[in-house]
Amino acid sequence: MHNLAFDIAHLLAGGLVLISFMMLYQDRLYALLNIFAAHAVVLALSVAWQAFIQNAPHLYVTAVIALVFKAIIIPVALHRIVKQLGIHRDIETAVGIGPTMLAGMGLVALSMVLMLRVTGAADPLAREDLAFALSVVLLGLLVMVTRRNAVSQVVGFMSLENGLVLAATGAKGMPLVVEISVAFSILIAFIVIGVFLFRIRERFDTVDVGALDEFRGERR
Amino acid sequence: MISTVAQQLWCVAALLATTVLAIATSRSRRSTAIVYGATFAISAIALAGALLSLIAHSNATELILPVGLPWLGSHFRLDALAAFFLAVVNLGGAAASLYGLGYGSHESTPHRVLPFFPAFLAGMNLVVLADDAFTYLLCWEFMSLASWALVMSHHREADNARAGYVYLVMASFGTLALLLAFGLLSGAGGSYSFAAMRGIQHTPSEAALVLALMLLGAGSKAGLVPLHVWLPLAHPAAPSHVSALMSGVMTKVAVYGFIRVVFDLLGPPSWSAGVVVLILGGVTAVMGILYALMEKDLKRLLAYSTIENIGVVFASLGLALAFQANGYGLAAALAFTAALFHVLNHSFFKSLLFFGAGAVLTSTGERDMERLGGLIHRMPLTSFVFLVGCVAISALPPFNGFVSEWLMFQAVLQSPDLPQWMLKIMVPAVGALLALAAALAAACFVKAFGITFLGRARSPAAEAAGEVDRYCLAAMIGLAALCFLAGILPGLVIDALSPVAMAVIGHRMPVQASDAWLSIVPIEESRSSYNGLLVFIFITAAASLAVYFIHRFASRAIRRGPAWGCGFTDPAPAAQYSGVSFVQPIRRVFGTLIFQASEHVDMPPPGDLRPARLRIDMHDPVWERLYTPVTETVWFFADRLNQLQFLTIRRYLSLVFATLVTLLLALAIWS
Repeated sequence: MHNLAFDIAHLLAGGLVLISFMMLYQDRLYALLNIFAAHAVVLALSVAWQAFIQNAPHLYVTAVIALVFKAIIIPVALHRIVKQLGIHRDIETAVGIGPTMLAGMGLVALSMVLMLRVTGAADPLAREDLAFALSVVLLGLLVMVTRRNAVSQVVGFMSLENGLVLAATGAKGMPLVVEISVAFSILIAFIVIGVFLFRIRERFDTVDVGALDEFRGERR
Repeated sequence: MISTVAQQLWCVAALLATTVLAIATSRSRRSTAIVYGATFAISAIALAGALLSLIAHSNATELILPVGLPWLGSHFRLDALAAFFLAVVNLGGAAASLYGLGYGSHESTPHRVLPFFPAFLAGMNLVVLADDAFTYLLCWEFMSLASWALVMSHHREADNARAGYVYLVMASFGTLALLLAFGLLSGAGGSYSFAAMRGIQHTPSEAALVLALMLLGAGSKAGLVPLHVWLPLAHPAAPSHVSALMSGVMTKVAVYGFIRVVFDLLGPPSWSAGVVVLILGGVTAVMGILYALMEKDLKRLLAYSTIENIGVVFASLGLALAFQANGYGLAAALAFTAALFHVLNHSFFKSLLFFGAGAVLTSTGERDMERLGGLIHRMPLTSFVFLVGCVAISALPPFNGFVSEWLMFQAVLQSPDLPQWMLKIMVPAVGALLALAAALAAACFVKAFGITFLGRARSPAAEAAGEVDRYCLAAMIGLAALCFLAGILPGLVIDALSPVAMAVIGHRMPVQASDAWLSIVPIEESRSSYNGLLVFIFITAAASLAVYFIHRFASRAIRRGPAWGCGFTDPAPAAQYSGVSFVQPIRRVFGTLIFQASEHVDMPPPGDLRPARLRIDMHDPVWERLYTPVTETVWFFADRLNQLQFLTIRRYLSLVFATLVTLLLALAIWS
């Protein structure tokens, strides 16, 4: 039983990393949002599995929050925003896919090497979980860095938060309060950034953050 | 019966209350009299308390107030060393308050000065009383900021804003050095009370680092070359009684900090520490007085002369360290007593001279000596007390400056006993530097007095000058009397200083009160002794006799004739000997090397009616070699970093990302 539990947790966390990789090469916004929803679903499954094997019913709440907010409400809302802004046909000029994927692999290798060495004394389940969580966080940052569009930067930021939630649930005894606050912080960040996007739309007629720089008279 | 330390803290509380009172009444016309009257009374009480505890050899008293860091509180302690410096601080405070009663009424913006004056006094008292690192640093910063506010009180004058800026930068730098020094002193345990610090053993490299940091921290406040640059800017910028406090007293608080850490907290010194302090002191003394000689502004001249005196004090302290490290307790006590005596003397005569400069400033509105002259006829009393200050600071008997410098040279003469060759060579060399500094100081104050008070008035303002009010005169006459008394009764001062030397060095100088005829004998009768009273009586008798003989045997008929004018009979006062011409020989000998001084004559061609002009170019080596490169480097990097303000959002994110990955990589490689 223990080995099976470990394997499934491992599988789900690994799946999260895999979906993070998928985000790296999406150059259309709708596709990116769909992948993000899948990311959140896998996160919810992973958290639920942790709740099951740790006998921690409060983690189910976290799983439900992840599923409802991140997998349904936020992607749907972002879909609407993209449609309202009329940018669903834009193709993002991200950094080339090849270098991005290579960089992503390097980051995952780095987090594995680091976490497995640093947490030598910890429970093997928590070790693997933390290593994967760090990978997800770093990949989320990489998404934010390689995108120019504000919507995809928001998505990168939220996948980063997903990594944090994975780390928080992997460690035993994390109080519920923190998860709720994390979820709410994401929601608030989403609202703020959503409002922000509309203001950009009003004044610049695009959500490309490059336009902000042009307005300030800066070179790219 | 409350303890002595509590008594002093009540005085500090009263000073702080005076600050509040000054803010409340700052717009009222009587507030000058109220505030200075209050600070005078409080300083006098605190002075009496400090002197009593010094003379009565009372034991150290401690007090912990429940303010400050929650687990530490604020420790205060009054021991012999603190009592001596409290006496210096409060004597200066009382004199400056008395002077302020008169001088303050000429102040154009009293509400910028009055609230900070008592706060400044309170800050200096608190630094001396503090007994843990946190309280010490807090009070040190409080003192710095209060004095900064006083420097900036006339902030609309062009140079004052720059002076305040340089002062603030140097004060922050000094406090940083002190912070690091206390961090090292507290050791691994992180115990911030001085009592705990005394018990910690330090490795030689740690002790050397603490010494270097203290030389930076306390030295920048005291004015050691090359950290002195703020001092000649900031001290003259403040109102004159505050200048007197900053020069005469605040630099002494910095000396106190140095003594407290290096002699008291750091444990047994090494002889190499002595060499470093000694050389720094010698160089500071000579450089300070050379700067002073080149100066035309009276108050800046006095500020530079403060640097010289601080050099003398530090050289004595270096000697004390060197003797202490080799176990020569008596010689160490002699050098240490000389340093403390000089601290006391300098607070007397430097306050006196700044008061004199302030008196000249109020009655003429001039600080430039080249526009003064002939004031001895218009301000006879000020001239007399200023002359006393000049004679005292030039280390001429029978005044007090001579005694402390003589004691220091007695300590220098003990150096052949020292075992290290380095010290055997360096001590006489620094002794020669100090002798040079003393001689140059005499030349400098001949210039200061001669150009300002003698000759004929060089400007209408100097011609219209009048004597200052009686409060200013009372403060100056009191300090001049103290200079004289300490000069003819040095034995009393040395005996009063003995508990301090006993507490810090572990030895004391022989008891002087029992010597016949008020002589002082630093080591033993056969080697050397000095009697200020006899010298005074001899000078008085010889001068009286000379006057008597001249009047007795000279012709009674009064003859009036033209004064010999060296061939020039130009009646314009501008043709008199000026300060610049007075120091020309010294400028040519020393200034060519140190200041790269050069003279250019601009001679108009025949037929041109322009006057010929002599232009003197001088370069400040410390500014140009040290501070200019440092500021240029800072500006260079600031300019480069400035571009970081205008990056795109994505680039900021990339920076954060790159930093994170680099740190993780570092962790992965070295963990």
